[in-house]
Amino acid sequence: MTDVLRLLQLIVNGAASGCIYGLIALGFVLIYKATEVINFAQGDIMMLGGFAAYSLVAWFGMNYWIAALGAIVITAAFGYLLDVIVIRRVIGQPQFAVVMLTLGLGFIFRAVAGIAWGYDSVGYVTPFTNRTVRFGHFVLGYDSLSIIGGTVVLCAVLYLFFNRTRLGVAMQAASQNQLAAYYMGIPVRTIFSLIWAISAGVSAAAAVLLTPVAMVDVNMGFLGIKAFAAAVLGGFGSIPGALVGGIVIGIAEQLAGFYLPAGFQQVTSDVVLLATLILMPQGLFSQKIVKRV
Amino acid sequence: MRTLFKTDYRQDLTIWRHRGDLFWYGLLLLIVLALPHLLGVFYIGELGAVFIYAIAGVGLMLLTGYTGLVNLGHAAFLGIGAYTNAVLLTAGWPYLLTLPASALLAAIAGVAIGIPTLRMSGLYLAIATLAFGEIVSNVLEKWDSVTHGFNGLPVPIPEIFGYPIAGATAVYYVALAMLILTLWIAANILRTPFGRALMAIRDSEVSARSMGINVALYKTVAFGVSAAMAGLAGALFAQYVNYLAPNSFDVLLSVQFLTIVFVGGVGSLQGVIFGALFVRLLPQAISIFRDDLPGNIGHLPGLDPSLFGLILVLTILFQPTGIYGGWLSLKAWFQDFPLHRAGGFRRQRSYAKSERV
Repeated sequence: MTDVLRLLQLIVNGAASGCIYGLIALGFVLIYKATEVINFAQGDIMMLGGFAAYSLVAWFGMNYWIAALGAIVITAAFGYLLDVIVIRRVIGQPQFAVVMLTLGLGFIFRAVAGIAWGYDSVGYVTPFTNRTVRFGHFVLGYDSLSIIGGTVVLCAVLYLFFNRTRLGVAMQAASQNQLAAYYMGIPVRTIFSLIWAISAGVSAAAAVLLTPVAMVDVNMGFLGIKAFAAAVLGGFGSIPGALVGGIVIGIAEQLAGFYLPAGFQQVTSDVVLLATLILMPQGLFSQKIVKRV
Repeated sequence: MRTLFKTDYRQDLTIWRHRGDLFWYGLLLLIVLALPHLLGVFYIGELGAVFIYAIAGVGLMLLTGYTGLVNLGHAAFLGIGAYTNAVLLTAGWPYLLTLPASALLAAIAGVAIGIPTLRMSGLYLAIATLAFGEIVSNVLEKWDSVTHGFNGLPVPIPEIFGYPIAGATAVYYVALAMLILTLWIAANILRTPFGRALMAIRDSEVSARSMGINVALYKTVAFGVSAAMAGLAGALFAQYVNYLAPNSFDVLLSVQFLTIVFVGGVGSLQGVIFGALFVRLLPQAISIFRDDLPGNIGHLPGLDPSLFGLILVLTILFQPTGIYGGWLSLKAWFQDFPLHRAGGFRRQRSYAKSERV
């Protein structure tokens, strides 16, 4: 019986960290679908979002909920400006130039955060910290539940936004066919910048949700590598795929940490990533894309 | 200004454009050979490191600069080469065998990781190599029986024909010889049909395929050659540092190699040398001038990686042809001095190449 309980516990914890990977992966996928740019600085944008929330709580003494919202808005604005000022300039250059650009940006963000907030881990008390709910012998942390719940709410909001609002539908159109969208009078450039804003905002939300579980620190951005695995597993370019991929990887990681010798947990996501590329490169939610000439 | 009149197709294929090239590179070789008698041990050691970085950089230039593939795990191949060299030397192999063995093992690893991923778009390769680099550095940490984990692995001092390869000067000469060999191989690859095929793949995969180039095969071989050069550089790196630690082969080192390629100038072998000089000597320059910088700038932690990031971003945005491209346009300015035209080296505007339907 305890084995089953432990397994359940691992799965819930895994699903919680998997939601975080999924949200970061969602950020990649949104940008990739729209602009075919892979943002290697996504994890570092999440780190900036985490620090923004920390500053609002610790420096300005804001309420947790207001600070969370504020951090999301600030990071989204940052994402918008990033596209307008930097990324837009390299559209049309070879793909590896864009990859290198975002990688370099990630290093800069990390250094700036280190200078501004220091290299120590910081944290703040949230309404979900160190509280648990008990079902018989089965103990669940509020932190895990809040991550899962927050992800569900965020996804519902995004779903409604992309399907029910004019702007959301325009974004879908611009992602599917830039030229046709442009002919229909959609301001494609602004739309792309807004997509960067949404992606950055989602990352900030992930950072806020993560805070009860893990401290905010400069190297938090390396979670982005795990999110790559989530995005690839979900079939790069599929939004539900990114979330499912993230959850699968989160659970796999927890199980590997428990059942396999030490050291396997760190590379679980990398192994899943390579295995996906080798065995089913289209991912779980495959989109049949064949290049025509 | 020298005007080249080509009267023979073979002139397009030669390594040296004209005798002037031969003269200047020969002079450079003489200077480099004489340097250990002119400079102190510290500078010779640093230059040796520059050569080692340049060897790995040539490998990455073939892959990124000439084939258009980004490798974010180049340091992993360096690590494989370094550990192979150390382990084989400990087992008593002669140095002249461990060097090619290190290169070969790295190449095998490169092909193994390349075969499944190279059929997909270049972005997948970037992500896959990132994951591969993570896995390799974790394996180096955890595989205690071979790598001794964080305790580190001492590298024995090898001998070539009875001469021990120890100290900065010996490593300098070995690295120089290997760098010349690597450059010679790369320059020759680039003038064969194989090298032309790589450039065709970089410029347009679709048109390369329609010219009958087996894109996946050529990419895989390019990846293997690139990894072999990194493995060779790793073997020399082991000699350079004398003591291997698993965490020296991380993503930051891979990014440094990419910085060599981009800052030096994508698509030129000369650029690799400029890039390696820049990347390797910049941290030294920072540490020399650290105390002279205004305020507290010199002592900020994380200064080096952030500078690499900043330089990378600025290069891609404002000087996409790198140092070597800048040198070429400067040379052109002097060569047609009064008649210089502003638009001569302007970047061509191009449309985003979509990988979709």
